[in-house]
Amino acid sequence: MSQINTAVHEPLLRVVKRSESTMKQKVLVRAAAILLALIVDALFIFFITGLNPIAVYTTMFQGTFSTAMRFSWALRDLASLLLIGVALAPAFKMRFWNTGAEGQVLVGALATAAVMVYYGGKVPNWLLYSAMLIASILAGALWGFIPAWFKAHFNTNETLFTLMMNYVAIQIVACFVNIWRGQASGLGKLNMKSKAGWFPQFFGQRYNINLLVVVLLVVLMYCYLRYSKQGYEIAVVGESENTARYAGINVGKVIIRTMIISGALCGLTGFLIVGGRDQTISTGTAGGNGFTAIIVAWLSKFNTFTMALISFLLIFLDKGAMEIASAYALNDFASDIIAGIILFFILGSEFFINYKLIVRGIHKEVR
Amino acid sequence: MDTLIAWVSRAIPFGTIIMYGALGEILTQKSGNLNLGVPGIMYLGGFAGFASAYLYENTAANPNTVFCIVLALCCAFAASVIGGMIYSFLTITLRANQNVTGLALTTFGMGVANFFGVYILDGRTATQTMIYKAFQTRVPVLSGLGIPGQLLFGYGFMVYAAIALAIVLHIFLNRTRSGLNLRAVGENPATADAAGINVTRYKYLATCIGAGISGLGGLYYVLDYNQGIWATTGQIEALGWLAVALVIFTTWKPLSAIWGSYLFGVLYWLYQFLPALLGFSVPGYVTDLIQMVPYVVTIAVLIITSLRKKREDQPPASLGLAYFREER
Repeated sequence: MSQINTAVHEPLLRVVKRSESTMKQKVLVRAAAILLALIVDALFIFFITGLNPIAVYTTMFQGTFSTAMRFSWALRDLASLLLIGVALAPAFKMRFWNTGAEGQVLVGALATAAVMVYYGGKVPNWLLYSAMLIASILAGALWGFIPAWFKAHFNTNETLFTLMMNYVAIQIVACFVNIWRGQASGLGKLNMKSKAGWFPQFFGQRYNINLLVVVLLVVLMYCYLRYSKQGYEIAVVGESENTARYAGINVGKVIIRTMIISGALCGLTGFLIVGGRDQTISTGTAGGNGFTAIIVAWLSKFNTFTMALISFLLIFLDKGAMEIASAYALNDFASDIIAGIILFFILGSEFFINYKLIVRGIHKEVR
Repeated sequence: MDTLIAWVSRAIPFGTIIMYGALGEILTQKSGNLNLGVPGIMYLGGFAGFASAYLYENTAANPNTVFCIVLALCCAFAASVIGGMIYSFLTITLRANQNVTGLALTTFGMGVANFFGVYILDGRTATQTMIYKAFQTRVPVLSGLGIPGQLLFGYGFMVYAAIALAIVLHIFLNRTRSGLNLRAVGENPATADAAGINVTRYKYLATCIGAGISGLGGLYYVLDYNQGIWATTGQIEALGWLAVALVIFTTWKPLSAIWGSYLFGVLYWLYQFLPALLGFSVPGYVTDLIQMVPYVVTIAVLIITSLRKKREDQPPASLGLAYFREER
């Protein structure tokens, strides 16, 4: 390059897209992001509460790891969050913004509960469990199908459609809970006496069945997305709908099929939550996990194994914050703040994976 | 008749909360940023407004009402702008995904408001600031003119400010050069960039000011609608999503937000006033079903606009997409 050309004004900082980043870079950038977030969180803890951040973090650690029981509870909650994340993976890989997981889980849970209430104790157990399973999957699939059908035919904005479907689901659940509780102040556990529809104890806990299912689904979904023809179609539609059309893929069909799968798995999660964890239903059955799972699915770039790690991190933070709350007489909303800050940093760090900064005059990578 | 009047005078304040939220979000979305952090921002605004008024009231020897109102408004606006800045920095400068960043902001805003809220609550379930009386002061003289006076002028000043804001926003977006530029950025940032418009600056300003406006909705909820009472609830979150719904309902037009928000208010209170109006009572579970009407109506609008494909009713073309000049 000649001397004259270099005289062109070069900005102090400029951004260049990385052609490819190595695994090592990706891990390093993310680790740095989490470390920075923890430092910011520590400063926050110190300046607001005056507590020693190291001591607080130690206490936090105990929220999940102090006893075997706590660890088991953490796994139980991990199962619910991760299941929804796995359910969202195909939809998000297709760039279909399914913000309606909360509602899809709720209708699945509602269908399960309805079968328990109306058929519990009246039909043999195997039939009851199958009916609960099928009802929940159908309900979730329907909740996923409706926005997908409109997206496929009229290109209706799915982010907002699925978001609104959550509230429709919440109100329907509220209605049924109201009917079932009758004059009582709360619904309580369903079929308290007969325990019909409750999952059997498995290694001492009912929810261990949920763990088994989640491990299975993590592997299955990974294989589905990576090795199946349908998974490939999802990837192509996600990258570019036009390319998919040129390649002869029926985009509408893929969208509808994928959302039925996504909704059905959310419905299944509702079944597992009601049968294996809560044995009851309320508008809070999904507990915001439908929204948290969106973050989980996106950050893990649809890799279900990474999802397990991120879900665990979030559950760990949540449990830790509750522990801090009781130990230091704070309140557990601290977990939302701490998790929020960590999420901001991880989200921001994606930039440094995809792009690199070049400082004027120094022609080497800064990060 | 009394029921009808009560219904409308309940619907308008409710509509005002989400009108602020929606107006801010319209401005944001016009720049191509889909900010799903509205609930979080409304939490930030609501809490900052409440906390500043509450602390001022309890520390100043001689609290001045006007100063207190201005202080609350400024703090609410500033806190919400900070929320908007976090979002803008992540999505515009660092090109993070907008939906995910917005959801994280919702979690964060809710956490911040409720975390610090507990300190102010100090063990109680709710606290109140007396400034709400100033916020609820009706229009003098006019509000005393019988039923029309009550219906038209029986609200606090922020109701009228919201209407004025909607008109200003309409004029800004459709009648000024900056407004045209902003819409260009939201429709096609690459073309806007080529035309010499500073895309980044427009996106930042629209998103941050939009967040500030949305936050005022939270302030109005706490200091006027909820009579200055702060309590740890999830109520603001539901209102925030309703504001996002209203943006779609209005098809991104600030003027439609005026009647749209009042219609949402009417629909929201349907469950309480309609049965009384028709002279029968409904069981609680039917009430739950009636409460989903606003969301169903929004879905219907979403479907109808996508069916009719009218160009002026469509979302900004680049809504939800990050812009990187060197990426074509």
